[in-house]
Amino acid sequence: MTRRTPLNEAHRKLGARMVDFAGWDMPVQYSSLTAEHEAVRTAVGLFDVSHMGEIEFTGPGALETVNRLISNDLARCQDGQAVYAGLLNDLGGFVDDVVAYRFSPERILICVNSSNREKDFAWMNARAEGVKPVDKSDDYAQIAIQGPKAVGLVQRLTKSDLSQVGTYRFTEGEVAGVKAIISRTGYTGEDGFELYCAAGDAVKLWDALLEAGQPDGVKACGLGARDSLRTEMKYALYGNDIDDAHTALEAGLGWIVKLDKAGGFIGKDALAAQKAAGVPRKLVGFELTDKGIPRHGYSVLKNGERVGEVTSGTMGPTVKKSIGMAYVPANLAAEGSTFDVDIRGRAVPAIVVKTPFLKKS
Amino acid sequence: MADNVPQDLKYTQEHEWARVSGKIVVVGITHHAQQTLGDIVYVELPKLGAQVTAGDSFGTVESVKAVSELFAPISGKVVKVNDELVASPEDINTEPYGDGWLVEIELSDAGQLSNLLDAAAYEKLIKE
Repeated sequence: MTRRTPLNEAHRKLGARMVDFAGWDMPVQYSSLTAEHEAVRTAVGLFDVSHMGEIEFTGPGALETVNRLISNDLARCQDGQAVYAGLLNDLGGFVDDVVAYRFSPERILICVNSSNREKDFAWMNARAEGVKPVDKSDDYAQIAIQGPKAVGLVQRLTKSDLSQVGTYRFTEGEVAGVKAIISRTGYTGEDGFELYCAAGDAVKLWDALLEAGQPDGVKACGLGARDSLRTEMKYALYGNDIDDAHTALEAGLGWIVKLDKAGGFIGKDALAAQKAAGVPRKLVGFELTDKGIPRHGYSVLKNGERVGEVTSGTMGPTVKKSIGMAYVPANLAAEGSTFDVDIRGRAVPAIVVKTPFLKKS
Repeated sequence: MADNVPQDLKYTQEHEWARVSGKIVVVGITHHAQQTLGDIVYVELPKLGAQVTAGDSFGTVESVKAVSELFAPISGKVVKVNDELVASPEDINTEPYGDGWLVEIELSDAGQLSNLLDAAAYEKLIKE
């Protein structure tokens, strides 16, 4: 059965085009994908991300339990800090990519991808030595407010001092009279917040943000803009750029892998071995140097031979270039390396470039 | 909306339109098609002089999210190509029946026109 977020009706009232996304009835766009993309780059955009899952670990030993499940190190964080991390399999590939929130050593919340919620919960439950996870996904709604005017907008609706909430930090407070976790995180490359509130409060919060954001030119934004925004930043998408068959090192996410952390983590041995032996293929960012749009699943060719695969690609609305990510052999991964992308039978030349594609001034 | 399906055009099941004047047929994609595709960012059209066959793909149109094949409403020779679309593919979104036209085809068999939908039949199709 198709799942709906608490904001489903609100999207329909705004005239959103709804699509099935991993079993959820979600807005792909309201007006125009590029207009929504630009709103986030230049003003502020709202995203309903209530389909994401929230899994909680509460009680003595929660921190230690979670830290063995994730690749990043939550023990090095302070309370009120969040980290991006992988849940990795024994081979160092991704079960999922997550954000872990440390409220205290005895309360950790993990935000997981909607499509992986049940899988992640079962995986964590089977491997958690100590505290057991609780799936709180149905209790929470989540709204992302992203863009250069996002902080000002949220600040007008809360008494919490947001200047004290740094990047990847969070606080608990009220926004528009709604109790919320106010997290300075996001998936667009812009400043902003992700607000977690009770599912029953989502409409009130959404409406308040839309109304208060009118002077800022706020736009409701769909999954289409979310995808083009994250692609310009080379943020990985589970199922496209990362999966169980590619390791975190191959995905270029070595920075979320803390091989030296106390207690270790699942997948550590495989990654340590791969690091020592050399990473055979890498996820690179590339631009097409001729016309066309690279898309998920297209082949990467070198001298006519298939050597890799495009994982994500788009015409970047802000960078105004055809950009993409692809797994390629390590010898083609350096900046300036060239290869072709097979676009429906046409070999279109591409060059590996430095990422993110969007260069912030 | 009736004005999004001009009464004087012919249509395909695949959402192309055809404006027929004598042996020359101007081809584009419909308002409904561009709306479904979303923001169009790239168009691949045949070369001048190319032969196209009714029902076969003669190019592609790409929006940020999707690729869509273009199907020839009729067979014939491409006698004009809208090169402006290389620089401004968004014309297809803003003026699908105007500046967003794709190609002009010289008909090889006028009998094929009877295979196309009229405005009423196309309106019915997109309402289904």
